[in-house]
Amino acid sequence: MKDKVIASVDAAVADVPDGASIMFGGFGGAGFPNNLIRALARKGTKNLTAISNNCGTDENELGILFKNRQIRRVIASFPGPRAVYFQELFAAGQIELELVAQGTLCERMRAATAGIPAFYTPVGVGTEIAAGKEERRFGTRRAILETALSADYALIRAHRADRIGNLVYRKAARNFNPVMAGAARITIAEVEEIVEVGALDPEVIVTPSIYVHRVVQAPGRRDG
Amino acid sequence: MDKPRLTREQIAQRAALELPDGATVNLGWGIPNLVSGYIPAGRTVFFHSENGILGMGPRARPGEEDYDLVDAMKVPVTVIPGASYFTQLESHMMTRGGHLDVAILGGLQVAENGDLANWKIPGSKGSGGIGGAMDIAVGARCLIVTMEHTTKEGAPKIVRHCSYPVTAIECAKIIVTDLAVMDVTPRGLALREVALGWTPAEVQNLTEPSLAIPPSGRVPEIAF
Repeated sequence: MKDKVIASVDAAVADVPDGASIMFGGFGGAGFPNNLIRALARKGTKNLTAISNNCGTDENELGILFKNRQIRRVIASFPGPRAVYFQELFAAGQIELELVAQGTLCERMRAATAGIPAFYTPVGVGTEIAAGKEERRFGTRRAILETALSADYALIRAHRADRIGNLVYRKAARNFNPVMAGAARITIAEVEEIVEVGALDPEVIVTPSIYVHRVVQAPGRRDG
Repeated sequence: MDKPRLTREQIAQRAALELPDGATVNLGWGIPNLVSGYIPAGRTVFFHSENGILGMGPRARPGEEDYDLVDAMKVPVTVIPGASYFTQLESHMMTRGGHLDVAILGGLQVAENGDLANWKIPGSKGSGGIGGAMDIAVGARCLIVTMEHTTKEGAPKIVRHCSYPVTAIECAKIIVTDLAVMDVTPRGLALREVALGWTPAEVQNLTEPSLAIPPSGRVPEIAF
């Protein structure tokens, strides 16, 4: 059985190369992999593509990576007015942004997880985000074509893991984390507690171990 | 015209009357967020939060905050009996998939065919952001838009065609403003109620498209 536990958050991100695309879980201050983000900041990896709902709060959450100018391109649904370091770079034309409707962002990740290259959705029809996208009509409904979204890495936060990477979450800290887990080539989960294999009830596991490649224990850290 | 208009709280209070007992409801930012304080006695409403909560209760009391349990605005909240947690993906399967009974969103403009613009002011500073607005507007079975009837400068916000970027097309079903309640029908907008002391003609003067008014020329006043 493959033990996926890594000794430290720094070791967990040690192989992330410059130019990597990375999904970051978290929403509304809950479920952010803040310890892994800090490790990435210490490592100084550059030219990253960040895929995340938002772009941090001041220098918290993803904010530190924008402050350090480690991110070159962003795919997000709501960067946020308090993402001050992102907004500075955006205003200066130093960062590329692809805005995606939040449900479409999730569904594109789900498609990648499920091996589906693209799908039609009514969300965005008749809006700016439909520009350049194929449109089709299904019965009376108009829909646009959206493509699957995968990444090199997903950095996520869960509440508890076993040593092979089955994950359970707490309350609304679940948010994007399980969605991203399957969409990345390498998924790294930081968790409050690691338990032995067999200690988690199979009925309650939210993210099955098959989607998780590394697990690291790190105390919850609320930023922002 | 200096006649009194409904306050933001009163707009929310009037919109709350549209929520049936047991309804599943998503509330957007601004006036919609105030609606949860005005649910008529004896009704239970299951509030949906895009970050993965169905059955969201009131804000957490001081000292009882759990930062893994927050709403879409980062505010620590509670849950009511019968609540459930799920992923952001599942959350938007609910919004897009037509499972929510009602969504209440703010508006910058609403067109006579129900097009809603509420995510971007042309020429505004910053990156802007979509969040869950497009998914919610597309999928809600009944979308109520709450907003002021006119801009600060007095220009109509209910228009023939939106000049602001649209969030979704043909989605609004009911509009509740500080002057009126209107239904979006296949034949255009129908005036259902007016604010105390206002005549249908006065409301029409501040509305770009024609409002259908009963042959009697009279409509009831907004009551709570």
